[in-house]
Amino acid sequence: MISRAERILFMGMLIAAVIMAAILIRLRERAQDRLHALQTSTPLAEAVEALPTAVTLLIPNDADNSLQESQRSLPLPHDESARAHVLLETLLESFKEPSSTHPIAGAGGSSSARGLDIDEVFLMPLPQARDGAPNPGKMAVVNFSTAFAQSHPSGIEPETLTLLSIIGTLHANLPAITQVRFLVDGHPRDTLAGHADLTRVYLASSTDSEGGR
Amino acid sequence: MRWTDAVLRGALTFALLPPLSLAVGHARQTQPPSASTPLPPPPPSPSVPSPTPPNVAPRFLVVLDAAHGGDDTGARIADHLLEKDITLSLSARLLSMVSAHGIGVITIRDYDVNLSATSRAEAANRMSAAACILIHATATGSGVHLYTSSLAPTPITRFMPWQTAQSGYVTQSLKLSSEIDSALAHAEIPVTLGRTSLQPMDSLACPAVAVEVAPLAAGSATKAEPLSDAAYQRSILDALTAAIDEWRNDWRQQP
Repeated sequence: MISRAERILFMGMLIAAVIMAAILIRLRERAQDRLHALQTSTPLAEAVEALPTAVTLLIPNDADNSLQESQRSLPLPHDESARAHVLLETLLESFKEPSSTHPIAGAGGSSSARGLDIDEVFLMPLPQARDGAPNPGKMAVVNFSTAFAQSHPSGIEPETLTLLSIIGTLHANLPAITQVRFLVDGHPRDTLAGHADLTRVYLASSTDSEGGR
Repeated sequence: MRWTDAVLRGALTFALLPPLSLAVGHARQTQPPSASTPLPPPPPSPSVPSPTPPNVAPRFLVVLDAAHGGDDTGARIADHLLEKDITLSLSARLLSMVSAHGIGVITIRDYDVNLSATSRAEAANRMSAAACILIHATATGSGVHLYTSSLAPTPITRFMPWQTAQSGYVTQSLKLSSEIDSALAHAEIPVTLGRTSLQPMDSLACPAVAVEVAPLAAGSATKAEPLSDAAYQRSILDALTAAIDEWRNDWRQQP
């Protein structure tokens, strides 16, 4: 026969075991939540707010075959490749403005489709000169999206102006870039839209335009 | 020993020649290549002395290249107007107008066919032409756009690199462009000048200019004209004919 005191003791121990189990389960869940949060949102570096920087864009004008300088203020990232990418996306966005002197619909067909014209911009060091001297310049490899190339107006003048404005804008803001190559969707292509040669390497100095009358 | 030299020269010639193509067959007239073309002459026979070239003045020839063709339609100028059709039409009309001035003209493309840039340059370079006019059309801009190669000028050598053969002729190309610019200005047609990298122009071994025709925008001295306007096209062709005629006089005075 179990005494009343033993029954009370047993019930008390059972209740304590249940409470402890509940507490352990809750602590385990909180530990898992903390671990998950560490894996997904831990910043690799302290976030730094990019301050607006004055940049120069070379805007083409189809009417007189010229490039006009336009000053803008943009928050630019510190990484040079990302900086070049932002510069070129901003330049190509200006082509979609209603008052553009070099209208191009672009990949999305409107200014709402930002960031679809250029897939990537890679910066590569140039090989050493023949005398072994280090070459401080860099080559920018601009990778257009297929949609941008397909939507670009066909013609010697519009295609040449697009390439020259890109080369000039890169060199004006990142003077270390002295050579530029163009790819479409990661592959070499003969022309941009049937005319301007994309197989060659362009020198930054070739942006000198003779203009028109 | 001399036979071995001839074999080596023949092998070198074969290596430097681009593959022959159908484009040569489309040319209306053929002439042997000159010593300055990127296509080297055939290897000399070791036992036969080379004949003395005849003392005759070189003939003034003009090559017209209607851009695009076949499945390469070029720019879409209007709903039912393609660049390849306009260039072919302008080329055919310019052929008859320039020929009427007693000037030899060779057209690279005579019908709706897609020719590669290499084939076009190969056909043109065989002609030793005094002028190569590449005809293009676009829907953007206004008037006529004149483009010459962006290659830096270099001296003409016996063997020119195929991709940059035009570099030996850039100075003459700029003079030809200036001649066409003056004629178009005389006809009150707006002109823009530029340099570009364009195939097959960079491979041409002759003074070469790309003439890109655009619609005429309304301005202070001009009224808007579409590219399909017959009178507008006629005024451009008249100016080009006058420029080629003037270039013939300049070309004869060159050393």
